[in-house]
Amino acid sequence: MSAIETNVSEPVSDELKLVQAAKGGDVSAFEQLVRRYDRNVFRIAQHITQNREDAEDVVQEAFLKAYNNLQGFQGQSKFYTWLVRIAVNEALMKLRRRRPERMVSLDEDVKTEEDSVPREVADWSPNPEQQYNQAELREILTKTIQGLPPGFRMVFVLRDVEGLSTEETAEALNLSIPAVKSRLLRARLQLRERLSRYFQKRGNGSNNAKPGDDQA
Amino acid sequence: MKCSDFLQELTNYLDGALDDRTKTELEGHLAWCHNCYVVCDTTKKTIEIYRDSTLYELPEDLRTRLRSAIVSKCKSHKSDVEKA
Repeated sequence: MSAIETNVSEPVSDELKLVQAAKGGDVSAFEQLVRRYDRNVFRIAQHITQNREDAEDVVQEAFLKAYNNLQGFQGQSKFYTWLVRIAVNEALMKLRRRRPERMVSLDEDVKTEEDSVPREVADWSPNPEQQYNQAELREILTKTIQGLPPGFRMVFVLRDVEGLSTEETAEALNLSIPAVKSRLLRARLQLRERLSRYFQKRGNGSNNAKPGDDQA
Repeated sequence: MKCSDFLQELTNYLDGALDDRTKTELEGHLAWCHNCYVVCDTTKKTIEIYRDSTLYELPEDLRTRLRSAIVSKCKSHKSDVEKA
């Protein structure tokens, strides 16, 4: 079984040139950085806020904040990691304003440790995602990932969906590297466990769960 | 290697972050422990399914609208700074 490869491999030196130009007031250089990362920021924002309008606001606010604070970007980390950190903070603030009654924190899950020992060990069908149509699959994946505690969900999204390294994820979420590793393991195992309900091989006559079914 | 040891190393294994010796031990365990093999394989599939999914894609028209809003605010910020 080969290692999973990350999907972000932007040319860093070219990026630093754009950042330098933007720092010097070149808005079109900054626009290129927006084009490069707006989709990522939108996805991250929507994973946190779980609301499309809020995610749109976060995209604007995060890029504006980045632009206004470019002088503070020292280049010790990648621009993208720095931007993600801003976006995560903006998204959390948005969520807190929307739900002031419920303090939202990426640490809130730490005390409620869900058992990560696998219970579902039935193999999956060879192409599990093809058992469902696109809309059903989307609903299954969305519902499943939204069910994770926010602190686990964000580590999974940054590491496994957006392709940040462990170190970059730690920096973006202000977590230690061991905390990122432990949350990533638990997030992956919990998602796997929940998806097994939909994707595992079944014998004749029994069907896998449908997205509308209640989660047991 | 016990199943619980395997589980502790699963994330490092999937990320290709194990030293050769631990990797060999882990693969030795996977060769005979079917449950751990399934957990490993389905965890890998879980990651791949999410990575390939198109959840929360930004539609092109919205993307253009957001980008021009960002650019025009950056320009007005720039001219405010220049005036000051």
